[in-house]
Amino acid sequence: MSDLYDDTAAEREMATHPQAEARKGFFTDTTLCIGCKACEVACKEWNQLPADGYSFTGHSYDNTGELNGSTWRHVAFVEQLRNGATPQEDEQQVVRADAGRWLMESDVCKHCTHAACLDVCPTGALVRTEFGTVFVQQDVCNGCGYCVPACPFGVIDKREYDGHAGKCTLCYDRLQDGETPSCAKACPTESIQYGDLEELRTRADARLEKLQREGRYTDASLYLRDTDNGIGGAGAFFLLLDKPEVYGLPPDPFDTTRDLGRLWKHAAYAALALVGVTALAAVGTRR
Amino acid sequence: MPGLGTTLGRGGATTFMQDLQNSDCILIMGSNMAENHPVGFQWVMEARERGAEVIHVDPRFTRTSAVATRHVKIRPGSDIAFLGGIVNYIITHERWFHDYVVNYTNAPVIIDPRYRDTEDLGGLFSGFDAKQDAYDLASWQYEDLDMTGSAGRRMGSAVSGSKIVTHELSPEEKAAEDRPLEHGEPPHVDVTLQHPRCVFQLLKKHYARYTPEMVERICGTPKEQFLAVAEALCANSGRERTSAMCYALGWTHHTEGAQTIRTAAMIQLLLGNIGRPGSGILALRGHASIQGSTDIPTLYELLPGYIPMPEEGMTDLGKFLHETTAKGGFWGHMDAYTISLLKAWYGEHATAENEWCFGHLPRINGDHSIYPAMMGMLQGTVKGFFCIGENPAVGSANASLHRRAMANLDWLVVRDLFEIESAAFWYDSPEIETGKLRTADIKTEIFLLPAADHLQKDGSFTNTQRLLQWHHKAVEPNGDARSELWFYYHLGKRIREKLLASSDPKDRAINELTWNYPELGALADPDASAVLREINGWGADGKALDTYTKLKADGSTVSGCWIYCGVFTGEQNLAARRKPGSEQSWVAPEWGWAWPANRRQLYNRASADPDGKPWSERKRYVWWDAEKKEWTGYDVPDFVKDKPPDYVPPDGAKAEKALDGRSPFIMQGDGKGWLFVPDGLVDGPLPTHYEPEESPVDNALYAQQANPVRERWPSANNPYHPSGSAPGASVFPYVMTSYRLTEHHTAGGMSRTLPHLAELQPEMFCEVSPALAAERGLVHGAWATIVSARSAIEARVLVTDRVPDYQIQGQTVRVVGLPYHWGNRGISVGDSANDLWSISADPNVHIQETKAATCDVIAGRRPRGTALSALVNEYRRRAGLPAEE
Repeated sequence: MSDLYDDTAAEREMATHPQAEARKGFFTDTTLCIGCKACEVACKEWNQLPADGYSFTGHSYDNTGELNGSTWRHVAFVEQLRNGATPQEDEQQVVRADAGRWLMESDVCKHCTHAACLDVCPTGALVRTEFGTVFVQQDVCNGCGYCVPACPFGVIDKREYDGHAGKCTLCYDRLQDGETPSCAKACPTESIQYGDLEELRTRADARLEKLQREGRYTDASLYLRDTDNGIGGAGAFFLLLDKPEVYGLPPDPFDTTRDLGRLWKHAAYAALALVGVTALAAVGTRR
Repeated sequence: MPGLGTTLGRGGATTFMQDLQNSDCILIMGSNMAENHPVGFQWVMEARERGAEVIHVDPRFTRTSAVATRHVKIRPGSDIAFLGGIVNYIITHERWFHDYVVNYTNAPVIIDPRYRDTEDLGGLFSGFDAKQDAYDLASWQYEDLDMTGSAGRRMGSAVSGSKIVTHELSPEEKAAEDRPLEHGEPPHVDVTLQHPRCVFQLLKKHYARYTPEMVERICGTPKEQFLAVAEALCANSGRERTSAMCYALGWTHHTEGAQTIRTAAMIQLLLGNIGRPGSGILALRGHASIQGSTDIPTLYELLPGYIPMPEEGMTDLGKFLHETTAKGGFWGHMDAYTISLLKAWYGEHATAENEWCFGHLPRINGDHSIYPAMMGMLQGTVKGFFCIGENPAVGSANASLHRRAMANLDWLVVRDLFEIESAAFWYDSPEIETGKLRTADIKTEIFLLPAADHLQKDGSFTNTQRLLQWHHKAVEPNGDARSELWFYYHLGKRIREKLLASSDPKDRAINELTWNYPELGALADPDASAVLREINGWGADGKALDTYTKLKADGSTVSGCWIYCGVFTGEQNLAARRKPGSEQSWVAPEWGWAWPANRRQLYNRASADPDGKPWSERKRYVWWDAEKKEWTGYDVPDFVKDKPPDYVPPDGAKAEKALDGRSPFIMQGDGKGWLFVPDGLVDGPLPTHYEPEESPVDNALYAQQANPVRERWPSANNPYHPSGSAPGASVFPYVMTSYRLTEHHTAGGMSRTLPHLAELQPEMFCEVSPALAAERGLVHGAWATIVSARSAIEARVLVTDRVPDYQIQGQTVRVVGLPYHWGNRGISVGDSANDLWSISADPNVHIQETKAATCDVIAGRRPRGTALSALVNEYRRRAGLPAEE
């Protein structure tokens, strides 16, 4: 049992997968996003997901609001302008960090290395695939909903219409045929890039270095690119232009089951102590 | 497309999407390209990533602005002032590309001494007839030489609905009309550009007052921002660098739309940015295959390939050809194009004796564009209407007028994927709600026919860059759905069966048509590739022709659209080619097929200097190979392949032979880019800033407020607000502008009906600045009512800093942004922005002004039923306008 909560467990799990492939993932570069939402539509079309509803939210151009059981790609829109302001330029005629801007970011399941949703699933419906992704087996899911509060990003959600949990599968069915996930395929500007995670990380590092070297987007940073974070690294990571919380992302996410091992140990000690105390008490009583 | 057509020779984008990656600077104006052309926009992003400056000049900060390197605000309806300011900047600071301008444009040409500029006449050009609100174009001509425009008005009368005045020709004018080019030149030129009547000096004078300060006063664009744009364009033009421009409906939807586009073309000519890599003007079209529907036109005044439709009184072919044939350039072969077309349509019946059945063609006797047609329905003179590929009940300006017009028809055919508003207005529409229409009173017989979608039929799209791309049928149409081709073909067959026994001469026009395509499958769908082959045409041997230069005027060749000749070269459907980009050069000549002759970049001879050498190594594209004695390069040369740069035409030469080896604009009568347009446009030879039909301010440049030749239909059904400082104008204090969103398609028939699109923008909304919201007590997320003299609509309120306020001539002007996608049918429903607009239009192309007008805004939802009319009438009363009928 302690194995499950070991820091290297997920990596080992992937390495020992019977059909292990290179771990696949997404690198979403928000400097290239034009907010067209083609990813949202392509995802719903391919995965046959229903519309969530038809209400105007008033949150800029975002009317789907969040990732949930039937929205697996979601584009956030963050307006940062002063009235009448237009982006100010420095001498190189580039957009400066403090200028008016409209941030857009296509969010998705992070396919965590330490996936709490998978850890807490009592039925085994949530599994790690040969691509290193986290997948919900719809025919196994019993709708208990344990995974929902476990997710540190609020990604996985239970659907009212069929009672099952749902989230991005990284288009598992397409991957099995060697195809690109539908969102990345539909993205017209390569804001969503799909590939081998290691290669994507290298590519993202080069991209960040280039942006900084050219003096463009000097406040750009990579979110969830590293493996030493609270989720042990993500299968989907991002190049952001502002703090994660500005996009509705947790700044320091961690695997909500990370302390479970310790807790269980404490519980075991406590239980043992209790047994000991009881025994001692019994002994004492006998005396 | 006469803005580009008259200036450069062809009414199409000069460049192609993929070439934008080579631009050093891209100006996107009159377009929200990232939102409305997201796939093509990848090439703008590519250019930006390569270091290009991407400038977005727009009234709002949109998704395009968000990824541009610079957003510059501009008041809706002031584009010519801005662009004219750039022309002024180029001339004042001597930034024009001298060798390009002197050799490739009509800058040196001397203009008729009778010509007077707007500077002399308070905003009018010479030749204005105030009684008819129209111009006599004679004084705009070259001195001693009459030129024929490559587009627009190309016949000498107003019969076709053109707003022009004509007169009897004087002997001098007659001589000028018949005079040929001399050695490829107009008779009077001054290559030093100093003659006071040369085009360059006229241009300089015309734009002298379009200063950065004036731009700020008119456009509300801070002077520094304007100067940064002008400088960026100049700094990124010349031998070593090129700039491109992208525009769309933000430029066309004005009473001076064609002239706006022309101003852009003039800037690109002055800077040497036509025909070169990374240069040009990309006309971004508003619909799939809308380029195709002007090439093979759904327009009343054109035949396929931009051949003019003959007018009433044009009895013989000889007269038609005399009026429409150009002195020089490829419009000198009007006879070959027209006769080949007639052979395609009338086959063996078309003979030299009967003038190739020229008499069978319809003759136009007025303006039969969509708005006059709707007025005719309203008045009862137009009885029937095929409504296909459009949804006027939502998508046309003053939509209520269109719904009432259709309710007055005898019959209406709607072919669509869904029961759109234009099919359901008789029982479900705002007029039914207010009681203006009653179902029981509507006598219109409406036929709603299900249409096959693009996956259910073979055919081609001609996209924004003149590229024909073939699509194959994936599945059979469901139920009774049929393709457009099926519908028209079988309708034609049934009509012909009924007329078979007729001996009435007028029925020969139908009975003698070639109408025999192979029918495929259980549905008997006509073979679309056979239609494309006929459009391409064939020679005397029956084999598909490979180029339009082989078309003849002797009846031996057939071609349904001369500019598409070559798409079926070698009996292959070249539009169906799909060789991946990775397996060919970046120009990708083997993906689909582009008209003309698979040229991707038009006028590309201009990528070389007058001697045929590339202007620079960096911008090499097409050049003269002196050894092989031919033009060569990365693209198909848009020039006579073996015409050397030093070619001088002999006396009496005609068509392309009359153009010298240094004239890249091969469709133009003189081979030059026209900075000054002597013929083809009805509202002036030089673009001039006028205020929109409805404006909150007076014209700061001229006494003339709006385009004097604009088309208007004033009536109680279509009232116009007082404009500028006129009494009553302040009743409608705000500027409204309409536009599209990525998430929806035009009038919504193909997007408000689909859950995955409808949920992304589920409700009609308006975008306003925080200051406007405060002024009118609007609450973010709640409702607002937008009022004009036409109607009032309600919308959710999106208060956003992305909609700036403007300081115009000391006055604060605030803008209301209105997406126009909504109507009352489908999953996502809402009021139609087009209910608010009046119908006023550009006089060259009859396109409505829906990008700038005035309105008022009040908090809360609109009144229902008759209370809505009461509200609108109250506004009308205050503005001094007649009440609703």
